[in-house]
This record gives sequence, C-alpha cells and structure tokens, in this order.
Amino acid sequence: MSKEDRYQTLIGIIKPYLPDDISADSINRDSHLINELNINSANLVDIVLDVEDAFDITLENEEMDDMQTVGDALNIIESKVN
Amino acid sequence: MITTKEILNLLPYSDPFLFVDEIKEVNDQGCEGVYRFRENLPFYRGHFKEQPVTPGVILTECCAQIGLVCLGIYLLLNEEQTFSGKLQIAMSSAEMEFLKATFPNEEVRVVSEKVYFRFSKLKCKVKMYNSHNEMVCKGTIAGMIKPGQHA
Repeated sequence: MSKEDRYQTLIGIIKPYLPDDISADSINRDSHLINELNINSANLVDIVLDVEDAFDITLENEEMDDMQTVGDALNIIESKVN
Repeated sequence: MITTKEILNLLPYSDPFLFVDEIKEVNDQGCEGVYRFRENLPFYRGHFKEQPVTPGVILTECCAQIGLVCLGIYLLLNEEQTFSGKLQIAMSSAEMEFLKATFPNEEVRVVSEKVYFRFSKLKCKVKMYNSHNEMVCKGTIAGMIKPGQHA
C-alpha cells in the first residue's frame, strides 16, 4: 500500500463519522478532526479502532491525544506501518 | 479489591434518577445488577396518563447505569491507582430494542457484556430481564467515562 493509498483509506474511514453538515470534499491533511470536522470524542475513538483494524496497528493513549489533524493521524499510521 | 458497595457509592446519580439497587456481579468483562421501579417515580404520572408504563428511555438509562457506569467505575478503579472517584461521563450512543412492557414495582435485572473499553470509551451489549426472566430489552450502549472534576 502506497502513502497515497493509506491517505485514501484513512479518508474512507473518517467519512462515515462526519456530521451531516460537513462535506467529505472539505477534508484535507490540515483538517482538525474535532474543531473543523466536528467529530466528537466518542466517534474519534471509533475512527482510531477502525484505523487499527485497517492497518493492523495498535495505538497508545498518548498517540490518540496527539492525533489532532488528519495529517497527524497519517503520520502516526506511517510511523507504525513501516 | 473493590466492593460493589464502593461502586454504588461512587455513582453520580440520586433520586429520582438513580436506577441501581444492587450489583450482583462485576468483573472486567461485564456487570450484573438489579433495580426495582418504585411506583412513585415522577414519570409514571405522565407516561401514560392513568396507565403507568416505564418509558423506554428510562429502561435504557437503567441499562446504562448498571451495565456501563457501574462497570466503568470498576474498570477505572482497577486501572488507575490514583482514581479519586470523581467522574466525567456521557452516553454517546444507544441502540435498543424493547420487547416487553415494565410496570411500577417491577424488579429488573440488567446484564452487560463489554465489547471494548479503550481511550475512555466503554461500549457494551446490554440485556434487561424481568422477574419472570423474560427479556424486557436489549441493545448496545456506549459512553465516555474518565476521571474528572465533576462528581
């Protein structure tokens, strides 16, 4: 899986958790998951669990705290899959 | 080892919104407890007019208090040595199916089974039974539970 594939997989995981008033087209690497994409903390946990399953990795509590933007999430994934 | 009495004392509810009488069993996989719906509970006056039936939202709340919050307190106490007992809690989702009506003075038993407890989110399958051991409702409830400032 290439880096771009991983980005697209991540976007695919995030999409179902977006509130109705947020368009999937508005997601980019700088999007803040909670402040801009309006994802609540309970749904953020489900995104992390889906990420773990999709990439076969395990995240720690501190890594979850550092996961503020889509780019942060991607960086954590990149650091774990390699 | 935490006693079930300690867990009850840490519950952040009081009358008329405490729906736990006793915890029968709790371990890292789930919790079982009972509650009897007092006939003087205020919602019976309006649900329904002159025909009191326990509302589904209250059955859901009872399932959440016994199945999730009691279990969550147990898990937090086991996990955090320094846990003060103060909690921050919020229900985040509930998907329930209601199978039988529950009337004033009925005692119900709630059994929960942990699906996961990660990153402060606890998700459980819950089942509620009446005194005839008939299933009253079942479903999946999730919530955030973590040590916090608010009791």
